[in-house]
Amino acid sequence: MSTIILKYPAGNIFSVKSALNHLGEECVITDDVQQLRAASHIIIPGQGEAAITMDYLRKTGLDKVITSLQCPVLGICIGMQLMCESSEEGDAKCLGIFPGVKVARFRPQSGEKIPQMGWNNIRSLSSPLFDGVPDGSYVYFVHSYYAPLCSYTIAQTDFCGLYSASLHKDNFYAVQFHPEKSGDTGLHILDNFLKL
Amino acid sequence: MLAKRIIPCLDVKDGRTVKGINFVSLRDAGDPVELGKAYSKELADELVFLDITASAEGRKTFTKMVERVAAEISIPFTVGGGVGSLRDVETLLNAGADKVAVNSAALRRPELIDEISNHFGSQICVVAIDAKFDGGQWRCYLNGGRVPTDRDLFDWVREACDRGAGEILFTSMNNDGTKAGFANDALRKISTEVDIPLIASGGAGSMEDFRDAFTLGCADAALAASVFHYGEIRIPELKQYLRSQNIEVRI
Repeated sequence: MSTIILKYPAGNIFSVKSALNHLGEECVITDDVQQLRAASHIIIPGQGEAAITMDYLRKTGLDKVITSLQCPVLGICIGMQLMCESSEEGDAKCLGIFPGVKVARFRPQSGEKIPQMGWNNIRSLSSPLFDGVPDGSYVYFVHSYYAPLCSYTIAQTDFCGLYSASLHKDNFYAVQFHPEKSGDTGLHILDNFLKL
Repeated sequence: MLAKRIIPCLDVKDGRTVKGINFVSLRDAGDPVELGKAYSKELADELVFLDITASAEGRKTFTKMVERVAAEISIPFTVGGGVGSLRDVETLLNAGADKVAVNSAALRRPELIDEISNHFGSQICVVAIDAKFDGGQWRCYLNGGRVPTDRDLFDWVREACDRGAGEILFTSMNNDGTKAGFANDALRKISTEVDIPLIASGGAGSMEDFRDAFTLGCADAALAASVFHYGEIRIPELKQYLRSQNIEVRI
């Protein structure tokens, strides 16, 4: 039983591994189906383009592997958006783990610069993923597309209006921000995930 | 609300931190990774590491340092200095950098910006610009401010943005090392002309200077080196001050 970081072409994998090592957690980076099925926790990290990444997952059959996973799974950034129903980015049909959630591009309301790049607050925290994390804590975001608020929302952030900073359904968790780049707060959230 | 960012900049030569006053004299300020960790603990929002080594051996040392930073520090960091090709960018990203800054090479061959943003996404592509006001015009400089060009600052900013830059890091050579404040007029002009994040650099001397870069200059982030390295301004106190001035910061 081990923690696995999904190996796929979406960057940022080294940072996630470093953060887990920081927590004293050994992890394996792989796309091997047997190892994925035997994992205790799986992280799907990310930085990438939705349509291209979805094509890759379909071509390799990883799409069906991911949706059938039974252990706690955490999607980060693009990893979160891929778990939604669809994304405006490249007009992608996604994994549908969060049914009906459609990822859209930010539309500036008062001169916001896209991408959102930097530290913003997470509020209305309602999941063990955020145990011990104070409401309003700052975490690091880099993204141009967002998931709207919905019944799966477990944290929200305000940028061009309120949106989902985090989603949860069954064993699937997802965060739009980068916990591996969010200092002590981010490490705390990753630690909470590993305890699920 | 999205917070304004405070970014210490570490100039690195042969694996050690230095700071050029007006780009010329160098003083030693320690091990970059240890310094970076200390800044991270003080709630610096990001770090910038600039390689000012010229030799191939020095480049290898720098890449090793980037790996150490990525392994030991859990806030975002940008690396730059002498980045000349897509291959250089790839090497630094593979070593764990979050963003890579290009400067002279992009000014010489602007297509480099398109290539980086198409390959790795615009969010990793920081375009760093050194410019000097000569009385009539803001002119871009090459090679760390040593070689003037005919390129107008604002023209170049617009082109860089159109080509897919994710962020602009603007250093005013007139202000750099003076500790008399950032180039707020030029910053404001850049900020109103392009809609990507803007990092102010050059001239930080007091906490008020940072406030002005955000309020007058409309910058999204402010970068400084010596005021932080020599402890003249402590980041926690700076952030408390900025918050008291109604500027959103991460505390």
